[in-house]
Amino acid sequence: MHVPDGFFDAPTSAATAVVAASAIGTSLYLARRRELDDRTAPLAGLVAAFVFATQMLNFPVAGGTSGHLMGGALAAVLVGPATAILCLSVVFLVQALLFADGGITALGTNILLMGVVTVLVGYGVFRVLQAVLPKRASLVPLLAGLGALVSVPAAALVFVGLFEVGGTVDVPLGTLASAMLGVHVLIGIGEAVITAAAVAAILKVRPDLVHGARRLPTATPLVVRTSPVATPAAPAAPTGGEA
Amino acid sequence: MSTPVLDVRGLAYAYPDGHQALFGVDLHVHRGERVALLGPNGAGKTTLVLHLNGILAAGAGTVAVSGLPVAKEHLQEIRRRVGVVFQDPDDQLFLGSVRADVAFGPHNLGLRGAELDARVMTALEQVGMAEHVDRPPHHLSFGQRRRVAVATVLAMQPEVLVLDEPSSNLDPASRRELADILRSLDVTVLMVTHDMPYALELCERSVILHDGTIVADGSTRDLLTDDALMARHRLELPYGFDPRTVGPAPGRAPAPAAPAGPTG
Amino acid sequence: MGAGHGHRLHFHGHSALHRAAAHHKVLALLGFMLVVVATPRGWWWAYLAEGVLLGGVVLASRVPLGFLARRMVVETPVLVFAALLPLIAHGERVDVLGLSLSRSGLEGAALLLVKATFGVVAGLTLAATTEPQALLAGLARLRLPHQLVQIAAFMVRYLDVVTDEMRRMRVAREARGFTARDPRHWGVLARSVGALFIRSYERGERVHLAMLARGYDGRIPLDLDRPQAPAVAPRGHGHAHGHAHEHAAAPVPALLTAPAEHA
Repeated sequence: MHVPDGFFDAPTSAATAVVAASAIGTSLYLARRRELDDRTAPLAGLVAAFVFATQMLNFPVAGGTSGHLMGGALAAVLVGPATAILCLSVVFLVQALLFADGGITALGTNILLMGVVTVLVGYGVFRVLQAVLPKRASLVPLLAGLGALVSVPAAALVFVGLFEVGGTVDVPLGTLASAMLGVHVLIGIGEAVITAAAVAAILKVRPDLVHGARRLPTATPLVVRTSPVATPAAPAAPTGGEA
Repeated sequence: MSTPVLDVRGLAYAYPDGHQALFGVDLHVHRGERVALLGPNGAGKTTLVLHLNGILAAGAGTVAVSGLPVAKEHLQEIRRRVGVVFQDPDDQLFLGSVRADVAFGPHNLGLRGAELDARVMTALEQVGMAEHVDRPPHHLSFGQRRRVAVATVLAMQPEVLVLDEPSSNLDPASRRELADILRSLDVTVLMVTHDMPYALELCERSVILHDGTIVADGSTRDLLTDDALMARHRLELPYGFDPRTVGPAPGRAPAPAAPAGPTG
Repeated sequence: MGAGHGHRLHFHGHSALHRAAAHHKVLALLGFMLVVVATPRGWWWAYLAEGVLLGGVVLASRVPLGFLARRMVVETPVLVFAALLPLIAHGERVDVLGLSLSRSGLEGAALLLVKATFGVVAGLTLAATTEPQALLAGLARLRLPHQLVQIAAFMVRYLDVVTDEMRRMRVAREARGFTARDPRHWGVLARSVGALFIRSYERGERVHLAMLARGYDGRIPLDLDRPQAPAVAPRGHGHAHGHAHEHAAAPVPALLTAPAEHA
């Protein structure tokens, strides 16, 4: 759920806003340098629309409850962490201003929890595993899934920590932590499976789109010919000129 | 012979993933011609189009527009000369209003103020969409969006208009209105299409692209009536359409039956 | 469309609130909610005053209350969380209908509900009285980094296109008798997610190509949606639409209004 206004006290909201703003600033700088160029705006905008749409996708968890995709780890593996943070931040901004989903004073908190933490944890786990394990494209979906698996409870834990510091109600830490973790481990499993399968599906069709699987492009020599390749049925006769 | 508006020689191209789409294309289009580019899916038509204004850079061979080679240092001028109308108008209309979308191109060319306004309105009048200038594009019908997409390119006053599947997804009235508009324009046209009747109606000349090479180049009527050629390149005429029995295509610009009025 | 994100949040109108500049409205929303969030527990009269003020603004916007009420479903998860607080919070217990509840939890839940509801109502009022395009221009005026504004602009432009593609995929799944009921169906959902990403990304690429084809050089001018020429003399028909820009909407030159008049 998106954190509403009044959930955390004013100092906590302000502090998370500062952290979120600096994360966005860093991402702007890094995205420009490393991940995208003049394509940033249209591509990131479409990826943001994609994240928004997937967050509307509810998946059944257990006992009639359902979770929705957060998409942090997925976006990070697909477009790189800096662009992912920008896209998710814009998603929360638009959701707060155009849909009143998530409080405007809690915007920083929402960006921090569901944008920055999920992206950094998800991508961090993904990268560490990638460094340790053999470098094979076939492993990318699995690693992305593991990143997603960890990212959701991690965000829940940060939420619990923030609540301890700046929550407006005195709830025992243990109770809150175990309740949040319990639910979010389940949601994390769903997020992991869907992230892994989605990355696998994308790798099959457009491997070049998966940031986490980029390889150097293979230079193949160009073939120059003036007629179509022979089709199995009828070897095509050259039909240059007029017909 | 005059310098061709489009002069493609030995063009070959492979995508970064290694898939080669063009294998040595030769194509010349002269001023005032309307040429249809036919070919089955996957023949390389869109790839060829993307070379004409330098979005893709030739792997081998050359492309020149009115004598100016398509190369990095001339890109801005090339993109002014070659106007590409993409297949899905939603890809082309990305700003908040018709005016902003049509102004985007000429603004990038450096036009400002009254000159820019005039350019925008002239282009919209050419496609009969002037009264919709302040509407958001996504509130227009599909046919209207396609016309605005054409206007976004006309506003740059290109020497050649390249259209990717201009008649796709249009209802018959919108399709006819667009044909009237295209006939009324005094501009060289290269039109990628699967719509054979449309090609015959609008283009005196057609070329067939198959497997990354030009396999036929001639009068549209001759090509469409060569059954063996058509079959060899997976081209088919729609049921009931016989180019032998269709009257001669109308010439250039019998003043269009004003494509006016909102079509809803 | 699902998940509480009804897409038509803007309610066309001509109230003073509709006419107010978007960046002023955003700042007002932020300022108001900061005051609400900082209002200490127990200052009930302050909450009352805030509620009256907000209610007055909502009435002044002339947005129908039913329109806002239907869109308040976004608050549902907060209601659930608030309902749990009295059960799990610390402190003195009170018995309500046989349940042992925490007094501080009850108070906290009430306070959270009040603040969150103010936030949702105020946010919905902003969304209902401000065109998305005007809101984006307002964010630009508030010095939100250019790049973020542009990402948001593209997102808003293609939101319907992308969610519509997702809806079509769901309809296609359901037409073949599939509904996601339990975790065994995650794989099918995931393939839809993958397909949606490819479609979205490829559209992004095509949009970028279409921009390049018109001479895009990395910057999108944000002020092209009104005539550029300085007005010579005010003419009647330049119906200054909704959002106030930094330059008041320039009266449309006669040349430009001519074709529109007989329409």
